[in-house]
Amino acid sequence: MTNFETVIGLEVHVELKTASKIFSPAPNAFGSEPNANVNPIDLGYPGVLPVLNEEAVNYAMKASMAINCDIATNTKFDRKNYFYPDNPKAYQISQFDQPIGENGWIEIEVNGEKKKIGITRLHLEEDAGKLTHGDDGYSLVDYNRQGTPLVEIVSEPDIRTPEEAYAYLEKLKNIIQYTGVSDCKMEEGSLRCDANISIRPVGQEEFGTKTELKNLNSFSFVQKGLEFEEKRQREVLLNGGEILQETRRYDEQKKETILMRVKEGSDDYRYFPEPDLVPLYIDEAWKERIRAEIPELPDARRERYVKDLDLPTYDAAVLTSTKEMSDFFEETIAAGADTKQASNWLMGEVSAYMNKQQVEIQDLKMTPSSLAKMIQLIEDGTISSKMAKKVFAELVENGGDPEKIVKDKGLVQISDEGQLRDIITGILDENEQSIIDYKNGKDKALGFLVGQTMKATKGQANPPMVNKIILEEMEKR
Amino acid sequence: MADISKDQVKHVANLARLAVTDEEVEMFTKQLGDIINYAELLNELDTENVEPTTHVLDLKNVMRKDEPKEWIKKEDALKNAPDQKDGQFRVPSILE
Amino acid sequence: MSLFDYTLKELQEKLHNKEITISDLVQASYDRINEVDDQVQAFLTLNEEKAIKQAKELDEKLGADASILYGMPIGIKDNIVTKGVRTTCASQILDNLNDPLYDATVVQKLNAENTINIGKLNMDEFAMGSSTENSSYAKTRNPWNTDYVPGGSSGGSAAAVAAGEVLFSLGSDTGGSIRQPAAFCGVVGMKPTYGLVSRFGLVAFASSLDQIGPITRTVEDNAHLLQAIVGHDEMDSTSANVEVPNYSDAFKEDVKGLRIAVPKEYLTEGVDPEIKEAVLAALKQYEELGATWEEVSLPHSKYAVAAYYLLASSEASANLARFDGVRYGKRTEKNVDMIDMFKESRAEGFGDEVKRRIMLGTFALSSGYYDAYYKKAQKVRTLIKNDFEKIFAEYDVVIGPTTPTPAYKVGEKIDDPLTMYTDDVLTTPVNLAGLPGISLPCGFSSKGLPIGLQIIGKHFDESMIYRTAYAYEQATDHHTKRPNLGGDQ
Repeated sequence: MTNFETVIGLEVHVELKTASKIFSPAPNAFGSEPNANVNPIDLGYPGVLPVLNEEAVNYAMKASMAINCDIATNTKFDRKNYFYPDNPKAYQISQFDQPIGENGWIEIEVNGEKKKIGITRLHLEEDAGKLTHGDDGYSLVDYNRQGTPLVEIVSEPDIRTPEEAYAYLEKLKNIIQYTGVSDCKMEEGSLRCDANISIRPVGQEEFGTKTELKNLNSFSFVQKGLEFEEKRQREVLLNGGEILQETRRYDEQKKETILMRVKEGSDDYRYFPEPDLVPLYIDEAWKERIRAEIPELPDARRERYVKDLDLPTYDAAVLTSTKEMSDFFEETIAAGADTKQASNWLMGEVSAYMNKQQVEIQDLKMTPSSLAKMIQLIEDGTISSKMAKKVFAELVENGGDPEKIVKDKGLVQISDEGQLRDIITGILDENEQSIIDYKNGKDKALGFLVGQTMKATKGQANPPMVNKIILEEMEKR
Repeated sequence: MADISKDQVKHVANLARLAVTDEEVEMFTKQLGDIINYAELLNELDTENVEPTTHVLDLKNVMRKDEPKEWIKKEDALKNAPDQKDGQFRVPSILE
Repeated sequence: MSLFDYTLKELQEKLHNKEITISDLVQASYDRINEVDDQVQAFLTLNEEKAIKQAKELDEKLGADASILYGMPIGIKDNIVTKGVRTTCASQILDNLNDPLYDATVVQKLNAENTINIGKLNMDEFAMGSSTENSSYAKTRNPWNTDYVPGGSSGGSAAAVAAGEVLFSLGSDTGGSIRQPAAFCGVVGMKPTYGLVSRFGLVAFASSLDQIGPITRTVEDNAHLLQAIVGHDEMDSTSANVEVPNYSDAFKEDVKGLRIAVPKEYLTEGVDPEIKEAVLAALKQYEELGATWEEVSLPHSKYAVAAYYLLASSEASANLARFDGVRYGKRTEKNVDMIDMFKESRAEGFGDEVKRRIMLGTFALSSGYYDAYYKKAQKVRTLIKNDFEKIFAEYDVVIGPTTPTPAYKVGEKIDDPLTMYTDDVLTTPVNLAGLPGISLPCGFSSKGLPIGLQIIGKHFDESMIYRTAYAYEQATDHHTKRPNLGGDQ
């Protein structure tokens, strides 16, 4: 029995970007000084009570709907009890048996094959504070993150390869970002992932014992960690060993998973209904109101780009990879830019710049309308593609009006036929030999003459026009 | 009759993060046993078709608007901290 | 005669007639505390300096339109948080909580009425107990006989009012903690409908049962104090958004035609004959006042104590988990790692009764026992609630004794937790059903200890309770009796 099948389930936590926390009116913000965004509720002071932030519920519903979950009509919160310094009440307010969303799915594509991955549930809860371990025997606690609204999205064990896990995460992030309820930044912890993995002999019905991978800091570490774990489990089993219920972490340096702890039985969280919060009744009108707020999601957009905008599948996929990129694209074409040109610029120069500078599209000084204007200047011959690169460099760095940049930099293309013809006549007069060479079949001579013209015009001559006039004038001689 | 063992008392004390001495385990085993036995009284009742009550009032959908509000001064967050460092609460680390 | 023998109304008249000042009232309070609190031990923390200063300011600002509570000295149970004033819940774990950073909603409301906080009152630690013997600081004594307990957990709140140390006080009631000490100390204590008074700033014992309420010498004062602290609060999600009547209107009506239900389970063999006698006498009084009463049955009464202790302890096990030595409160001095820091801090900070209930609750919620204990108790709660609903379809109020016995001696029951628990049989059903209930004096035992009459009303029908209680109080003189502080003669 050397053929094993891998079974993977993912638990993804996504922080919701509401203005205030889920159960307290403290600001929900990343990157503040330690303990600056806390109040007695976040600190679990005696006597405080939670009050639910309506927007957190709306966001959780939106996320649930975007991943095709059924929305609960009756739902509630429960207390999950455990002691830890970052958990100030020693219980987390979460949802146990009535999650907001259930029975969802998303579609992934791996190696050209499409596959639906089931989503068991999405529930709403509060995030914990942040514990930093020192090497002096002490740890420090910052409660700024305490009370940030969080959704936990649990997949069905439908994932069969680490590659699929990667695709699932990319897709999930993509969809959630589109809904606008989270920025899903793994580096800031607004998206976090734990993975469960087990293997079983092909054909076996029941699942093998699973291990849980924690502290996975990027999607590619999820994939690598799962790949390692898949191999490790196979080796253990082939050597007659036994898989234990363990929690492991992925060590990025060693490129292997490392045992954190062996689970003894299941944790006893003593869930019970939160008496400080009353139940939620989500009627159809409420559901419909939220459904109407969900923007077009990436799959639908991609399809539309191919079908209605005649873009290649590849372009459509790249452009819809983030909502910001896609929105930028749509605004650019709405401002009058040619669809394919807009796509080329965004996938080419713009993406290259973003990669090089490590910035997001929404952080660029360039606006969709200025990009559209630049594209129009190319199309109407005001500037050449070569000039456009100079305009773009200025535009992306400092913003501004492309027309003004063109003028300020003296980049206006000479497209006046009479003016060009005069210049070219002069150049031909001085280069009789080149005309003879050209007529004798030396094509290079044409290039030389174009070069001379560009030199004479300091590069501002409209290249296609120069070509055309030189040919016409040589014909005449 | 339901009884509670010393091991169960120790387990429960651990879940509740209470250090207990052997004498306390002895005492709580007896007292909790008495109380739990008394609670067996409830088993006289058939509650098969009875809904549990969590809230006596029938309130639903109590929520607030998503508006951040100022409350305490920043320095007050650590005012009662037993131990602190660099604006954070300090605790002993967990022994691995 | 002490100033606190007057009613609120009378005191306000004296204030406006310049017969007395607020400073006099505050001074009278501290004088009396100096005189008797060594014996009574009702107060944990005094707010003297601030109170005297505030009294002077209020004297200067006294206007004709001042509210009825203006300048009145009040004592506050120590599980109600008071900004800038130490709040301990009578527990060592909060011994150093000198400033809980904010005011409870009820305290904010009292501040708006310009009452004066005289100090914080003793209680059973975290409100767990029925005798105030579980305080980690002092054993409050019953002013009627200082060898006896004042009841609990609001023992300090009831004793301070009975001893004339303050005009009135706030207590909290989770399973009888206002009504039982009010009965033992011969004062008037109201547990309002669950959700009527905000719990924001009440240190939680059992969230689904806790309510803050007033303890006073008269029914009328009780209504005035309740009026000041009720109302919807956006900081408490379980706070009811209901229209609050003017409780004083209740005193304009008599009780002719009032339909009283008397549960036979409330006058069974467990109830002391003297208590039964006093309650029957009160019912006779009601008959004379034109009301009618009938015996009814609340068949699930005997299950209330078990259901109550399972539910309250379960909720408490979570509510008291936050006391972990990280952000405030006690941390062990022992040099231990994180987990042992939690365990040692909590073991050193909590008393035995608190530990017992945390463990009971933890057990009832733990894996494998949840359905048999916690959920079962929640279902029994439903049955108890339904019992009352049936009765209230036909009757205006339910009347019975508040306690099965009068006050007992200090130390008499402390080693027998289960008997202490079962004594709560008459008060816990009211909390489980979320109903309002009052205890008012209806006589004295042969040993001279007060006996309490309990009147239970429909949800949010505090007016009916006040109307019923007031009619009886006006027809009798129990509330005019005052204790002579001292022990057995």
